[in-house]
Amino acid sequence: MSEPLVEVRDLVKHFPITSGILIQRQVGAVHAVDGVSFDVMRGETLGIVGETGCGKSTTARLITRLLEPTSGTVHFDGKDISHLKPGQVKPLRKEMQMIFQDPYSSLNPRKTVGSIIGEPFRIHGLKEGKGERKRSVQELMEQVGLNPEHFNRYPHEFSGGQRQRIGVARALALRPKLIIADEPVSALDVSIQAQILNLLRDLQRELGITLVLIAHDLSVVRHMSDRVAVMYLGKIVELADSETLYTQPRHPYTGALLSAVPVPDPELAASRRRQIPGGDVPSPTNPPPACRFHPRCPKVQDLCRTEEPLLSPKDSGALVACHFPLTESEAAERLGTAEHA
Amino acid sequence: MSPLLEVDDLRVHFETEDGLVKAVDGVTFSVDNGKVLGIVGESGSGKSVSMLTVMGLSRAKNARISGAARFDGQDLISASREDLRDLRGNDIAMIFQDPLSSLHPFYKVGRQLVEAIQAHKYSSKAEAKERAIEFLGMVGIPDPRRRFDNYPHEFSGGMRQRAMIAMALINEPRLLIADEPTTALDVTVQAQILDLIARLQNELNMAVVMITHDLGVVAEVTDHIAVMYAGRIVEHADKRDIFRAPEHPYTWGLLQSIPRLDRARDEPLVPIPGRPPSLITLPTGCNFHPRCPYVRPRHREVDPRLEPVPDDPGHRVACLLASDTRRRLWQELAAGKQPEEAREEIVEGGLA
Repeated sequence: MSEPLVEVRDLVKHFPITSGILIQRQVGAVHAVDGVSFDVMRGETLGIVGETGCGKSTTARLITRLLEPTSGTVHFDGKDISHLKPGQVKPLRKEMQMIFQDPYSSLNPRKTVGSIIGEPFRIHGLKEGKGERKRSVQELMEQVGLNPEHFNRYPHEFSGGQRQRIGVARALALRPKLIIADEPVSALDVSIQAQILNLLRDLQRELGITLVLIAHDLSVVRHMSDRVAVMYLGKIVELADSETLYTQPRHPYTGALLSAVPVPDPELAASRRRQIPGGDVPSPTNPPPACRFHPRCPKVQDLCRTEEPLLSPKDSGALVACHFPLTESEAAERLGTAEHA
Repeated sequence: MSPLLEVDDLRVHFETEDGLVKAVDGVTFSVDNGKVLGIVGESGSGKSVSMLTVMGLSRAKNARISGAARFDGQDLISASREDLRDLRGNDIAMIFQDPLSSLHPFYKVGRQLVEAIQAHKYSSKAEAKERAIEFLGMVGIPDPRRRFDNYPHEFSGGMRQRAMIAMALINEPRLLIADEPTTALDVTVQAQILDLIARLQNELNMAVVMITHDLGVVAEVTDHIAVMYAGRIVEHADKRDIFRAPEHPYTWGLLQSIPRLDRARDEPLVPIPGRPPSLITLPTGCNFHPRCPYVRPRHREVDPRLEPVPDDPGHRVACLLASDTRRRLWQELAAGKQPEEAREEIVEGGLA
């Protein structure tokens, strides 16, 4: 594959917890993202999966500089953007855009669709001529499958799926190099999800955009992504190309996630051996020492409690942060046997 | 043996300023003792409203309800509020998507469980407390004796859902209605909760109606499945048949529009075109015709009835295509053909 567009190194974001009324003292920190490194290659789709609180959305906000990292660096297109001053961030927005989960709250209800999609042009002083801006907006509407004649309508006149198309059009307006989509379909009905996923995929191929897709739905991430990173409690525990991750999971947490996804096939569902970690995800304020998954891991040994495993290549070709990764047969048990593999 | 729950031609229409909303429009199904029925559909398909009506929870002033719903022979539609209150929480229990809205934030979890017991059964406070602790333990809450004195906000999302299930089951209902019980949960917690419902269903020999939009969830836990679209059941069959030999084009659409872990990664998604109709101005003829790739002129006029397929009385479908045509279409789709290709070859080939 080509060169990286985004390089993330040892990225950390702690949110301080303070106590006291007059004098605020810091009594702890939420370790939202705690030492994460990865690259996003030009033109690829990188999926980030994980459960609530694993730090996937915080990672997205650090890459787009909606948040400033506590430490570590993010290079975008070769340039260090991790500690830009507020005034220096604006030009960056032309290069990277976000698509959000909730198409109901991410569109201003008092603005017409035309002005919502045209907003990025206004902010950056582009397409100044009135006719020119309208034409560009209508081209974008056409491109995402909206009727350009609906230029003057308001968001409430559109369905959930159409609103998400508006969000996509707005993100595309400035022809960014990178789009980060944070749960773009999880608020949509099943029959509409496929429309939006196909749209994102077609646009990405057509325009060569680099896409970071964040989702909790493992099936959606697999379908869309070239490579996938699995996060748990602020860390990446496994990073691999999509096919490898889903057919030969090596981290016990990845195995647990895959065995937990309900599959619409009664026989396959019955053939799987579920390995669901007991208990709840520990609090990110006080994560377990060494391997963060050790209190819930079925393969835990003493080493896991004392020494943190680093992300390193394993037999499957994946990068895995585990001292005792799953074997071929343990992985197979968790996936079950599909007749039509 | 007569079924435990029998719903017959249930209609729930709401009068609104914009017109009559036909939320549920002629729904018939039944659930036997100890069986699990999955009701699958998208937002607005009427799956929740029909079950809320059965529970007597949608008696709004503007609601027009007709048809019958019988629980163990007793009519629920005409039952008095007192009778219904007696049934609910005792013989019939319900769990919802959002556990926070069903647990009172001011009261300790344990106290709410005790109240649920004492509302229906004569029992001393000490007895009720022991039973509450037993049930908290049974649904997998660690250290239930200590947790008994916690407030709901001290529980994690998964634990709240467990506490709500404990509360629903504490009087050992004969029927549990679960409305999207795992939609707000992470996958590993979802798997824990589904396993829990399956285990308790088995132990208590309850009947369960599971309402969900997730085909994976119904594949895991149900015996029978009803697919709803725009206020009606369009297909009703044994679980295996819904996945192996589905007969309704909407069911095909649902199955083919979701990315699946059990299929090739690059298998294209086939979205259902358009979107669900307005429940005020429903399409003429078959409700699904504006989105159906196989529509024939006749389908815009004739309203299909839910009828058994030729050789399987337990498998019912509301579709005007001929049975042979449907089967050949599904074969082609399952083999990877696009809906347009399949239509040209089979429907326009004159078979329909």
